[in-house]
Amino acid sequence: MSAFLVQHPLLVVSLIKVAVLMFLMMTALAYLTWFERKVVAHIQSRWGPYRAGPHGLLQPLADGLKFLFKEGVTPEGADKFVYYLAPFLSMSLALTAIALIPFGPKDISILGHRTPLSIADLNIGLLFLFAITSLSVYGVALAGWSSNSKYPLLGALRSSAQMVSYELSLTMSVVGVLLLAGSFNLREIIAAQYDPRWGFLRWNLFALPMPQVVGFLCFFTAAVAETNRLPFDLPEAESELVAGFHTEYSSFKFAMFFLGEYASMVTVSCLATILFFGGWLSPFAETPIFAWTRFLPAALLGVAGLWLLQDGLRHQKRLARVVLSMLGLMLGGVAYLITRPGVLDFVQGPFWFLAKVFAFLFIYVWVRGTLPRFRYDQLMAVGWKLLLPVSLANVLLTSFAILVARR
Amino acid sequence: MTVQLVIFFLLAGVAVAGALSLILQRHPIHSALSLVVVMMALAGLYLLQGAEFIAAVQIIVYAGAIMVLFVFVIMLLNAGEEERTNLSRMARYVGLPLGTFLLLQLVFWIRRAPAPAAALSAGPAPTRKLAMMLFQDFVFPFELTSILILIAILGALVLAKRES
Repeated sequence: MSAFLVQHPLLVVSLIKVAVLMFLMMTALAYLTWFERKVVAHIQSRWGPYRAGPHGLLQPLADGLKFLFKEGVTPEGADKFVYYLAPFLSMSLALTAIALIPFGPKDISILGHRTPLSIADLNIGLLFLFAITSLSVYGVALAGWSSNSKYPLLGALRSSAQMVSYELSLTMSVVGVLLLAGSFNLREIIAAQYDPRWGFLRWNLFALPMPQVVGFLCFFTAAVAETNRLPFDLPEAESELVAGFHTEYSSFKFAMFFLGEYASMVTVSCLATILFFGGWLSPFAETPIFAWTRFLPAALLGVAGLWLLQDGLRHQKRLARVVLSMLGLMLGGVAYLITRPGVLDFVQGPFWFLAKVFAFLFIYVWVRGTLPRFRYDQLMAVGWKLLLPVSLANVLLTSFAILVARR
Repeated sequence: MTVQLVIFFLLAGVAVAGALSLILQRHPIHSALSLVVVMMALAGLYLLQGAEFIAAVQIIVYAGAIMVLFVFVIMLLNAGEEERTNLSRMARYVGLPLGTFLLLQLVFWIRRAPAPAAALSAGPAPTRKLAMMLFQDFVFPFELTSILILIAILGALVLAKRES
């Protein structure tokens, strides 16, 4: 092992990072389903998952076990190879995209090798992400076709048309950011938004010479459509198409589609954070007045821990009392740990990054709980007649503004 | 053998296998998927040469857009398995010699081509160089191509428009 490590340090370190990120990602995705059900439930004045574990915290585990042990039904006349390929494509492509996301500015040290906080740091990071996004159409289209059933086929046709249409505006809407940063590299795009004196006012959303507010709105709308989420979830409109492209999928193959959808939600949230909201940069300026904001992560975690502790101690079930108060204590411990001198610096980047990503995930769920579904012709009209011209105009205006500013 | 050579042969093998499968598959969707595999392998080869931008564009444009439309149309027409007709049987006897002839031609001309002046370098910003070439040195042919594509789109519109 050690000889191998000496020969191929990059390979070994990358493998370790992949394994850790995979584990974290899978857990996060599982709890994202719990989060979504809880938030939507509260929007609709319900409680959401409450039975499996305290506050339904074990619900993702129960769901996962159910997916694993259910019978996997393959419809008669299905194209076996493609039928099995489609969910695999959906999930693996969505997870691959995560590998490019840089989570923080500082390097970490694994087995004595310094390595950045992302698996791959490509010069063409953003383009590669778009390449993966453009391939994700296949998962949906092939699933619908190979099921040999009419509703999946209709859903797949709809979705391929929808995803191809919105991909254009998605790509066009970020060109403004690329012009401002002058790079495809995600780290450099974030670094271009850094300004110790002005803080969040230099994020691409507000950046001079051309604030990218319009670009951001186009990007987020197109991205929601690209991930097939409400209000653009026509590929799986249940009132019209039963469940759209994945009607004929059951057990773990269905779970793979599910995981793929949530993973692409996370990717889009990360991208929105990186491109328009300064990635891991703190919104506060680096002046002595705002020095206290460096303790915000610890303070937030500490408060969350305290709240969990008091909630746990008042709980009726004994298991819940133990679990919740333990969780609260753990959060408190982590809060104390990250005020330590070395850790405090390191935590800032990942904390702000994850906080922003979390905010976007909440917006995703919020939008789902609030807006009704578009009609198909409306969807196409919005994509081609509104988003595309507006994002093109944004590109033109931004290039013009940059030209003028350079004079 | 260096790692790069191994990767090259791997990708080349995948590309050739995909191309063979493209011809031999009976179902149009399977053929289209094989073509996607070929595109991806080609993108990998570009990446091996240090042409990151071209590799990404290859995937975005060919695998992500054009082939998706192919698959879309095949699904829309609900095309079934290919059947053998008299003409396709004949194609087997004519196609094999013609294919061999084309291959020999390619080998002949590639062997006669002069070796590249300098080895391709990955450089710090190959994308920038490419942009300079496209939008300064070759801007006229580039714009001409886009007008050509525009004409094709207009033609499709005219054909698709219903007579009122």
